[in-house]
Amino acid sequence: MFAFIVRRIIQAIIVMLVIGLVGFIIQHQIGDPVRDLVGERVTPAEREVIRDQLGLNDPFYIQYVRFVKNAVKGDLGLSFFYKKPALEVILAKAPATIELVLVTALILIVVSIPSGIYAAIYPKSWFSRIIMAVSTIGVAMPVFLTAIVLIYFFGVELNWLPSYGRGETVNLWGWESGFFTLDGLKHLILPSVSLSSIMLPLFIRLVRAEMMEVLETEYIKFAWAKGLHRQRVWYIHAFKNTLLPVITVFGVQLGILVAFTILTETVFQWQGMGFMFLEAVERSDTTLLVAYLIVVGVIFVVVNTIVDIIYGFVNPMVRIAGTK
Amino acid sequence: MKKVFVFCLAIFMLIPLATTAGAKTLKLGLDAGPVSQDPQVQLSGGMLQYSHWVFDPLVRYRQDMSFEPRLAEKWERVDDLTMRFYLRKGVKFHSGNAFTAKDVKFTFDRFYKSADFKGLFAPFEGCHIVDDHTLDIKTKKPYALLINMATYIFPLDSQFYSGTDASGQPKDAVVKIGPSFALHNSSGTGPYKVSHWEQGAKYVFDRFANYWDKKSPGNVDQIILTPIKEDATRVAALLSGDVDFISPVPPQDFKRVSKDTKTKLITYPGGRIITIQLNQKRRPEFKDARVRQAIVHAINNEGIVKKIMKGTATTAGQQSPKGYMGHNPKLKPRYGLRKAKKFMKEAGLADGFECTMIAPNNRYVNDEKIAEAVVSMLAKINIKVNLKTMPKAQYWDEFDAQVADIQMIGWHSDTEDSGNFSEFLVMCPNKETGYGQYNSGNYCNPKIDELTMAAQTETDLKKRAKILKEIEQILYDDAAFVPFHWQNHSYGGKNKVDIKKIVNTMNFPYLGDLVIK
Repeated sequence: MFAFIVRRIIQAIIVMLVIGLVGFIIQHQIGDPVRDLVGERVTPAEREVIRDQLGLNDPFYIQYVRFVKNAVKGDLGLSFFYKKPALEVILAKAPATIELVLVTALILIVVSIPSGIYAAIYPKSWFSRIIMAVSTIGVAMPVFLTAIVLIYFFGVELNWLPSYGRGETVNLWGWESGFFTLDGLKHLILPSVSLSSIMLPLFIRLVRAEMMEVLETEYIKFAWAKGLHRQRVWYIHAFKNTLLPVITVFGVQLGILVAFTILTETVFQWQGMGFMFLEAVERSDTTLLVAYLIVVGVIFVVVNTIVDIIYGFVNPMVRIAGTK
Repeated sequence: MKKVFVFCLAIFMLIPLATTAGAKTLKLGLDAGPVSQDPQVQLSGGMLQYSHWVFDPLVRYRQDMSFEPRLAEKWERVDDLTMRFYLRKGVKFHSGNAFTAKDVKFTFDRFYKSADFKGLFAPFEGCHIVDDHTLDIKTKKPYALLINMATYIFPLDSQFYSGTDASGQPKDAVVKIGPSFALHNSSGTGPYKVSHWEQGAKYVFDRFANYWDKKSPGNVDQIILTPIKEDATRVAALLSGDVDFISPVPPQDFKRVSKDTKTKLITYPGGRIITIQLNQKRRPEFKDARVRQAIVHAINNEGIVKKIMKGTATTAGQQSPKGYMGHNPKLKPRYGLRKAKKFMKEAGLADGFECTMIAPNNRYVNDEKIAEAVVSMLAKINIKVNLKTMPKAQYWDEFDAQVADIQMIGWHSDTEDSGNFSEFLVMCPNKETGYGQYNSGNYCNPKIDELTMAAQTETDLKKRAKILKEIEQILYDDAAFVPFHWQNHSYGGKNKVDIKKIVNTMNFPYLGDLVIK
């Protein structure tokens, strides 16, 4: 286990360096941050002075070395727009995104597993057919549209749910949480439903396919022959084995989910990291952009590591392979 | 048990009543929020809007573009170079300090430390205190727009901004990024003071109890500003009742907002002219006035206003909108395909040519769609345009580098005066003087330069208007650029919000005077 974690940390450091480099290369392509800091009337000469002050005129490698040196100390630079350390800005925005992703993950688990299993056990029932049909639509519809349709129906027409933002939040040890107020929870519904709509069809189909495959295996046939109760066959013997691939995919998709928050958060004016990222691109807030890439990189690595560990618990074979 | 239930029910029903009966709150949804608390650090529409809420200018524009005394009660010309301002007495800053001439001088001198304002205040010689409530502002040469520039002077609390902050940096330092006192603190004389500031996410402004303007009808106690960038979300927030007031309203939603019984739509003519410039240095064809005329005639700007802008822009034939000194009523928009083709034939280019064009896609209302319309309109006179659009973050560098033959630009006059358009857009580009900085068409006519400079120093308003009108006439006859329209500002609000009285050409809603019924 220890060797495994050390290996992961080394991998993570290399990933970070590469992300930093990629971030640095693209930041020179997305525009001049000084443009967004000054009015349109400011002369090129004045802009040049500001660029010099910010060190943007230094050669590429000097800027990169300076960045890495500071990054090692935990300083990812100052955001041009927020005028605060980029890391501080991201950490302040992180709770919003994490809460959104958590609720979405919860919806994914609670909805996809039962409906997937149901569709696998009773493939011909009308309810299974509806599940499959709806999930096809879900795959086809872009999250942007889903979100706007949801806002239109539940926000504008029915007026049941708020249309934007996070609502009232409670500050718990520096963590701005929307979990503890009714208003905050209400605000979570539409964004998390839209976000889960991207992944839900995939998971329902995955659970269904895996379950159907497992139900065809020899040991299940043997279990039936042994005369075990069908609940036991389905939920204990079959379900456990469908979980493995589902967890793997879940780990990978969780990362993609964070990426998809960019769209969802923009539509809902959700003050999280995804929204912040898109705005940073538009404002050429390059330090914030690179810092975001680094932080997301860290999240990816951490999530994947955790998934691997969980995988070990579910499948003893992996654990044995890991310890050798 | 039943009694308890009824009692509880009654209480629950009363709670919302109690909260609405008291303080009046305006929930405001704009496309962007102010970028800093320091009004002098960046010159932009958003920052000036903010300045009008938290600070007060010496004078401001009324809806009819006349000047309304604010912190300056009256003013008079002492000589060709000097204007004397008499300041309002008994005005307090948010910090409690009294407002005097010292604060105006402090603010005025601070302009020269700001990259954004330096240029704008270059024609000035300085600010001289006469006594506590009187001061003279002097220019280097006679300057017709002195009073227009006074709308930019939002006095800061000199006492509040003096000294050094915890890190030893002077509190009044003008810092673009990074820690600085002025970026995160403010003390003005305005109707609202900042009580919560979450950059780009949420801003709360509370009514300043000691606000000097007791005659102001404004009755809003608290403004909660949430920037909502996505057009559809902003409109949905208004329609669902989550916010009370939004701006801008995207043209495609005008009908929706005005038809809804709970909301209304207000549009107000703005002064931003949208144009394209034809680069004569890159394309020899554009040197020929006939080709430029052909293009101007080929562009159906009436159609663009109707179809793309949904009627919420004013078709333009010149730079200056109505109400500006240089507005020349004779100069009507020109559209005529037959005439355009004739011009092309005369120029010997009936078969047309191919050229490139760039336009931003998130800077002006429907900028990308307008650019696409240009491509199809010019195709009719056999000019094949290869269009590239891009976000504003990348656009201006490309614009400056003049990477394309045709480039789009919109301009709003800083001084609300015609001269400003010519200084930036059509005077011969000159790196030393800075004139013609945004003239990517490289149109250069010494006569225009001469007249524009003459207008700057002419203080006789009648003579000045004549000069400015003549400029417009020459540009029109020369087809120096292709005018499209002046963008309208658009606001959507709940019926109880009285938007109409507080909006203006500059798009600075004076929220201090806003009434919620």
